[in-house]
Amino acid sequence: MESVWVALALSLKVAGLATAITTVLGVAAGFVLARGRFPGRNVLDTLLTLPMVLPPTVLGYYLLVLLGRRSPFGAWLFDVFGVNLIFTWQGAVIAASTVAFPLVFKPARAAFESVDGQLEQAARVLGISNIAVFFRVTLPLAWRGILAGVLLAFARALGEFGATLMVAGSIPGKTQTLSVAVYEAVQAGQDDLANMLVYIISAVCVAVLLTAGYLAPGRIVRR
Amino acid sequence: MQLDIDIYKTLRAGKRSFTLDVQLQSSSQRNVIYGPSGAGKSLTLKAIAGLLTPERGHIRLNGHTVFDSRAGVDLAPQARRVGYLFQDYALFPHLNVRQNIAFGLSHRWFNPRARERHEQVEYWIRAFGLEAMAHQLPDDLSGGQRQRVALARAIVAEPQALLLDEPFAALDPSLRNTMRRELSDLQQLLQIPMVLITHDPQDVQTFGDHVVELRDSEPDKQIRASCHHKANEATSCKDTSIR
Repeated sequence: MESVWVALALSLKVAGLATAITTVLGVAAGFVLARGRFPGRNVLDTLLTLPMVLPPTVLGYYLLVLLGRRSPFGAWLFDVFGVNLIFTWQGAVIAASTVAFPLVFKPARAAFESVDGQLEQAARVLGISNIAVFFRVTLPLAWRGILAGVLLAFARALGEFGATLMVAGSIPGKTQTLSVAVYEAVQAGQDDLANMLVYIISAVCVAVLLTAGYLAPGRIVRR
Repeated sequence: MQLDIDIYKTLRAGKRSFTLDVQLQSSSQRNVIYGPSGAGKSLTLKAIAGLLTPERGHIRLNGHTVFDSRAGVDLAPQARRVGYLFQDYALFPHLNVRQNIAFGLSHRWFNPRARERHEQVEYWIRAFGLEAMAHQLPDDLSGGQRQRVALARAIVAEPQALLLDEPFAALDPSLRNTMRRELSDLQQLLQIPMVLITHDPQDVQTFGDHVVELRDSEPDKQIRASCHHKANEATSCKDTSIR
């Protein structure tokens, strides 16, 4: 029973951090692609959307290859910072972030594109710096669309299984998230534990959806 | 106002191209650029505000060079200190009337609080009779109220010139006359130099101390500026070059 709460806490920690990372990166990428005019935009958009379409196991494999100590990047991480991400909960955060990224990026891009450019121009003529225009006009007006994506990303990160298993493995109390624990419990024939776990996950998901409804952007912006 | 513009810009959209070629000099306070829609009036105004960069030429406002392609001067819109009234007002939909008017007074990274009070903002709220809707969002206002808010937002920081893009086009005809009078009185009160663009002869009547007409001469869509003035005005035409 104790292990269930450990797994839940780990799941929430991983999903929460992954959502935070994904929100920052997804909003930034969405803004750049909505406003930037540079060659290769469409290719970049495709690459950034790929995690949504690729099987999570494939994605997990890529991450394993990239972060593993045999890759130049993984070796550099280990040599310079002494960091090893494989089979750690931090690795699970990276896996969940990658999988959830397009869920923020896509709606963020659409939301930024729907902001009337004239409002930004009006703010600039009023003497507001470009950075301040982003925080005072662009972001508040795009926030509706972005928030919807952020909540989806959290739900997706919470349910992440394939890529997480590949990158972080299933070490009870260390990297075993709820979704992975369910699989392990069923494999081991522990039906009671499996039942318990799916109820908890279901309850958490309902809670997330209710929160989403409560946070509904209409309350933040208006009407 | 000392206004000295000589700009050239070619815009392309697919196979169509559009050449903006405007020269005008004026020392009047009330300037009107008059012409049919699509003649490049808005582009000219945007160039003055710094929202459009001409390929070559210069723009001087009250003796300050804000743009000069040869000298490599191109001030950001933020540094030009002009008030701009957009055709559909461009009020910030997420901010109430008071916050909209106060928008340009603070240059911080966050918006003025709904509760914040500025002396100048309150002055213009009273002057335009907006007290009752100061806490409302722009969507809840009528056309005339929206225009007053946009005007207050543009002038509250005391810009060195006021640029107005078809200011009355979005209003219904009965309101148009009222707002025209209000703007005319306001200009005289503040003695603020203005450039108004319009396709409405009535605006020319009211504001046109100095009138520049933009026409597009097909087929190459070349825009030329020419000067004319009301018969009873003594404004000289020689301060506008005709190309």
